[in-house]
Amino acid sequence: MSGVRVLVGTRKGAFILTADGKRERWNVSGPHFAGWEIYHVKGSLADPNRLYASQSSGWFGQVIQRSCDGGKTWETPGGGMGKTPDGMPTGESNKFVYDATPETGKPLTTHQWYDGTQHPWEFKRVWHLEPSLTDPDTAYAGVEDAGLFRTTDGGKTWQELPGLRGHGTGPKWQPGAGGMCLHTILLDPTNSRRMYVAISAAGAFRSDDGGTSWKPINRGLRSQYIPDPNAEVGHCVHRIALNRSRPNVLFMQKHWDVMRSDDAGDSWHEVSGNLPTDFGFVIDVHAHEPDTIYVVPIKSDSEHYVPDAKLRVFRSRTGGNEWEALTKGLPQRDCYVNVLRDAMAIDSLDKCGVYFGTTGGQVYLSPDSGDNWTPIVRDLPAVLSVEVQTLK
Amino acid sequence: MIRVALPPHLRNLAHVKEDVLLDVAGPVTRASVLDALEARYPVLRGTIRDHVTAQRRPFLRFFACQRDLTHEPPDAPLPDAVASGAEPFLVIGAIAGG
Repeated sequence: MSGVRVLVGTRKGAFILTADGKRERWNVSGPHFAGWEIYHVKGSLADPNRLYASQSSGWFGQVIQRSCDGGKTWETPGGGMGKTPDGMPTGESNKFVYDATPETGKPLTTHQWYDGTQHPWEFKRVWHLEPSLTDPDTAYAGVEDAGLFRTTDGGKTWQELPGLRGHGTGPKWQPGAGGMCLHTILLDPTNSRRMYVAISAAGAFRSDDGGTSWKPINRGLRSQYIPDPNAEVGHCVHRIALNRSRPNVLFMQKHWDVMRSDDAGDSWHEVSGNLPTDFGFVIDVHAHEPDTIYVVPIKSDSEHYVPDAKLRVFRSRTGGNEWEALTKGLPQRDCYVNVLRDAMAIDSLDKCGVYFGTTGGQVYLSPDSGDNWTPIVRDLPAVLSVEVQTLK
Repeated sequence: MIRVALPPHLRNLAHVKEDVLLDVAGPVTRASVLDALEARYPVLRGTIRDHVTAQRRPFLRFFACQRDLTHEPPDAPLPDAVASGAEPFLVIGAIAGG
């Protein structure tokens, strides 16, 4: 029987929510890694029992955890698996070291700092983990300060793909208020050489050679908060999304503006249409209807909560511009939560399920593409990320 | 044996419930104790000291014998009471409200 496994990262641990295909009765496990910030947990399409989790702490740094049994047990794969005779784990926490080698890591760039000076890259944490579509031992990590790393040995070691940082615009990138983070990684399911990333506050980038070389894809973005609103880089892209059946069409939630590209990011046009505000973080696409997209508008860049105290998901069935508010089952008064950029996910059951988590600790589900909503859990720590696995 | 008291999150990460007991070869210094700790518990590499620079992570401090040894040189001898195992070497996470 089919089922779903929802992977929730929060400020104080990870939670795994499971249900059968009806999605009515839920089992909640966790907190896993209690007390740590879990920026992201994601499962492999190639092996759904293989999960990767980003566990971090301002005190103790970054640890990568992995599970080979769907989240029942976890291990730190860094440096090697296994245990000592007396049961101690031999895995290390993970090293994420920017490539500075003469062969591939030069020129070693700096990026723009808050005061306008140039600043060296400093690793802080992993924001996003994206397992390969075909190999459970291969996964990508988007990190702060913005860089892209890859493991091909199940998380034991991670190597930077330095062509992104080094392609030429790196010195112009600068951190936003949340840090300079690479938060979105999209793999083209029809072209194993093509991938996309997005960085705050630099913009979107595309590789057509498996991550070796990169180019900015920000033409058409317009951002009033940078000196040249049409600059090649410097845009605070919050999230991009695609439908697997039509990977050349991309949707973007920018700091302000909801955008669409029909040419794999070469050009963008605005599709904010009748949204009450076009500031927001999440954007996602229906699993079966490539022109059905979802956003959660947020009041403004200085008021990170939903407008009018109403939690509303907005759905467009026309690929943007025409939006309808989805409210059934969501609080419509006295609500001041935010929905962060990695906190929406969509399953691929026939009746497509949409999930999102809030900074108030609720994880909501719509089992009918957004028409009706119900909370799966109400009182988790602030939700940082939500992913869903559709299990056969 | 040297006794090292870890903060709860690092005890959980290393799968230990109490103070860690370590054999330290040669002079007992902060660096040699942390080297021994990381050799015994590889998962702690990078959590107390930076992987690359070996610098102390900013929100951690080192106490022993009612003294703050955080800013002592890493190769300075630790107190005799730590070297003898009479007193623990404490790794402390800075307190944070909220």
